[in-house]
Amino acid sequence: MSAAEEIVTEAPAVEAVPKRAMTLGYGTSLIVLAALIVIPLFVKNFIIFQMTMLLIYALAVMALNILTGGSGQFSLGQSAFYAVGAYTSAILMEHAGMNYALTLPIAGIVCFAFGFLFGQPALRLSGVYLALATFALATAMPQLLKLGYFEEWTGGVQGLVVTKPDAPFGLPLSQDMWLYYFTLVISIAIYVASVNLLRSRSGRAFMAIRDNEIAASAMGVDVALYKTLAFGVSAGITGVAGGLGAIAVQFVAPDGYTIQLAISLFLGMVVGGVGWLPGSIVGSAFIIFVPNIAESFSKGLSGAVFGVLLFLVIFLVPHGARQIAIIAQQTMAKFKKN
Amino acid sequence: MLSVLRIAAVSAAVAAFAASSTAAFAQKKYDTGASDTEIKIGNIMPYSGPASAYGVIGKTEEAYFKMINDQGGINGRKVKYISYDDAYSPPKAVEQVRKLVESDEVLVVFNPLGTPSNTAIQKYLNSKKIPQLFVATGATKWNDPKNFPWTIGWQPSYQSEAQIYAKWLTKEKPDAKVAILYQNDDFGKDYLKGTKDGFGAKAASSIIMEESYEVSEPSIDGHIVKIKAANPDVLLIYTTPKFGAQTIKKTAELGWKPLQIITNVSISVGSVMQPAGFENAQGVLSAAYAKDGSDPQWANDPGMKKWNAFLDKYMPGVDKTDNGVVYGYGAAQTLAKVLEMCGDDLTRANVMKQAASLKDFTPDTLLPGVKINTSATDFAPIAQLQMQRFKGQKWELFGETISGDVPAE
Repeated sequence: MSAAEEIVTEAPAVEAVPKRAMTLGYGTSLIVLAALIVIPLFVKNFIIFQMTMLLIYALAVMALNILTGGSGQFSLGQSAFYAVGAYTSAILMEHAGMNYALTLPIAGIVCFAFGFLFGQPALRLSGVYLALATFALATAMPQLLKLGYFEEWTGGVQGLVVTKPDAPFGLPLSQDMWLYYFTLVISIAIYVASVNLLRSRSGRAFMAIRDNEIAASAMGVDVALYKTLAFGVSAGITGVAGGLGAIAVQFVAPDGYTIQLAISLFLGMVVGGVGWLPGSIVGSAFIIFVPNIAESFSKGLSGAVFGVLLFLVIFLVPHGARQIAIIAQQTMAKFKKN
Repeated sequence: MLSVLRIAAVSAAVAAFAASSTAAFAQKKYDTGASDTEIKIGNIMPYSGPASAYGVIGKTEEAYFKMINDQGGINGRKVKYISYDDAYSPPKAVEQVRKLVESDEVLVVFNPLGTPSNTAIQKYLNSKKIPQLFVATGATKWNDPKNFPWTIGWQPSYQSEAQIYAKWLTKEKPDAKVAILYQNDDFGKDYLKGTKDGFGAKAASSIIMEESYEVSEPSIDGHIVKIKAANPDVLLIYTTPKFGAQTIKKTAELGWKPLQIITNVSISVGSVMQPAGFENAQGVLSAAYAKDGSDPQWANDPGMKKWNAFLDKYMPGVDKTDNGVVYGYGAAQTLAKVLEMCGDDLTRANVMKQAASLKDFTPDTLLPGVKINTSATDFAPIAQLQMQRFKGQKWELFGETISGDVPAE
C-alpha cells in the first residue's frame, strides 16, 4: 500500500461541515446582535468587562475554528499568537505612545506574518504531529517573553502595565462601556469578513483541503499556499484578539499566555462546535464562566467539577453548541407543522 | 408666598435633622462593604494552576475569620471573607478582583497572592481608591506609598532579606569571597540587588561570581561545577525550592564545603532539606521571620499554642509543617488588628490609614523580636529577620534579629 493510499483511507480528522451550515440564519444573527448591543446598557461595569472578555475570547476561538474547522489543521499554539498580539499592542502603546486603535491592525499584521511563517515548516506535518509542533510553540512563548534580550521592551517577568483608553470625542460612556462597543464593532467586522472568506474561493479551497488533500491538489488547489494562508489568517485574528485583551486587562505578562490558554481556546472551539463559527461565542462563554461555576461548587475540587462538566458536554452533545442549535431548529420546525 | 415659606420651613427642618444626625453618628462612618453588622473582605488565591500549593493560605485565612466570627467578630461586626481562584493568571486576577469590587462590593482586597497578579490589579485598585492590603509577594515594589498609596506589602521583601545576609557576612566574615547563584527572574534579581546594596562599597571586592540559571532548566549541576571552579568560600543560594535542594546535594557530592546561605523561600524542611539529604544540609544558613510549625522548641510558646488550638478546631487534619498555614494565620491576624484599630470608622481611607499606623504589632506566629511597624512613608510591614542554622533535622535560630529596611522607591 502506498503512502498516498494510506492517507486516503484514513478517516478525516475533522468532520466535513457544509459551508452553509457554518453560519447562523439572518433572523437569529439579528437577535444575537441586538442582545449584544442592548444588554450592556443595563448591567454593571463588571459584567460589561466580562462581556468584553467574552467577545475577545470568542474572536480567538473563531480564529482557531477557521484553522481547524475550515482547513482541517490542528493547533495548540494559539496562545503564542495571542501573546504576540498582546505584546505588540502593549509595546506600541506604552513605548511608542501609539493610539490603541492603531496598534490592533499592526498586531494583526505581525501575527499574520508570524503565523504564515510558522505554517511553512508545519506544512510537512499533519494531525497529531502538527498539534505537537504548535504545542511546542505555546510552551516556548512565555519563556521567550522573559528573555533578557527583549526585557527592555517586554518588561521581562514583570510584564507591562497598559493604560486603558477613555471614550473619544467626550462621549458620555464609561471606559468599560466604550471598550465593549469598540470590541463589538471589531468583532462583528472580523466575523463578517471570516464568513465571507469561508464562502469565497479561498474558503472553498480550505474546505477542499480539509476534506481530502489529494483530491484538492488534483483539482488544482495550491495546497501549500492555502494551508499556510489558513495559519496566517488564524494567527492574525488571534493577534487582534490578543491586542484587545491587553487593552481590556490593562496588563501583559508572560504568565498570562501559558499553554493553559491554548488549551482553553481549543476547548472553546470543541464546545462551540468545530467548524461552526457562531459557536465560538458559546465556546468562549464556556471557558470564561464554567470555571467560575465550578469554583462556586467547591474551591478545592474546582478542577474536578470543571472536568465533570466538560465530560458531560462532550458525552451528551459531542458536536457542541452546533448540535444544540440543530436540535432547537428541528423542534421549532415541528412546532410550526403542528 | 405660603408655599415659599413652607419650603423654607421644611428645608430648615431637614437641615436641622441632618445636623443632628451627623452629630449623633459622628463615630460611625462606612464605605461600601462595611455596615453595622458586617465587613466584607475580598481575596484572590491560586487554588488551581501552577501555584496551587499556596491555596492553603487562603483556606487558613478563611478559617481564621470563622474563628473571629465565632468569638463575636471585630467590634461587634462579622467578617465576611470572599476568596476567588485566579489560577495564578493575571487576566483571571483582574476579572476576579473586579468581581469582588463591583459585584460583591468588598471593603478591601486583602492578601492577593503573586507578583504578576498583584501587578495586574494594582492600577485598577489604586484608581478606585480601594485598599490592596498586605499583598502576598516579596517583591520590593509594593513599598511605594507615593505612587501607589492604596497598596501595602506584608512579608519582608526579597531585597531586605538579601541585605541582611550581606550585613551578617560583612560582620562575621569580612574577607569572604562570595559567589551568588540566582534564578533569572524578578525574584532572583531582587535578591542580587539586595545583596549588592548590603555590601555597599565592598560589593565589587566581595562578590567574585554571579551565576544565573533559568527556571526551565532541568538541573543546575553544571552551574555548581562552574561556581566551584572559581573557588569562593561563601555560596549564596537564591533559588526556588527544587533548585535549592539540588544545589545543596550537588555541593556535597562534589566534596565541596563552602559556607552556604539559602533564601527564606527555600527553607522548608520537608521539600528542600530532606530531599537534599539531612547529612548534606548540616550547617546551611538562612533567615526567618516566622516560627516553624513543626519545630518542637515552640511547643510551649503561647502564640504557637493559640495557633495549634486554632488549627485543631478549625482546620483539623491540615499539614502543620506547611509554611502556608503559618503565613495565612499571621496575615489574617494583622488584618484583624487593623480592622479593630479602625473602630467604627470603616471607610477605605481609614483602613489604609490604620494599616499604615501599626506600631510594634506582633502576630502569634512571628519570631520573638520581629515586630510589624508601618508609617505613612513605610509600607513594608515586616522588615526584620533572624539568622538560623540547619542542625540535625531542623533549623536553629541564632543571633539577634537584624533589620533590613529598604527605603521606599
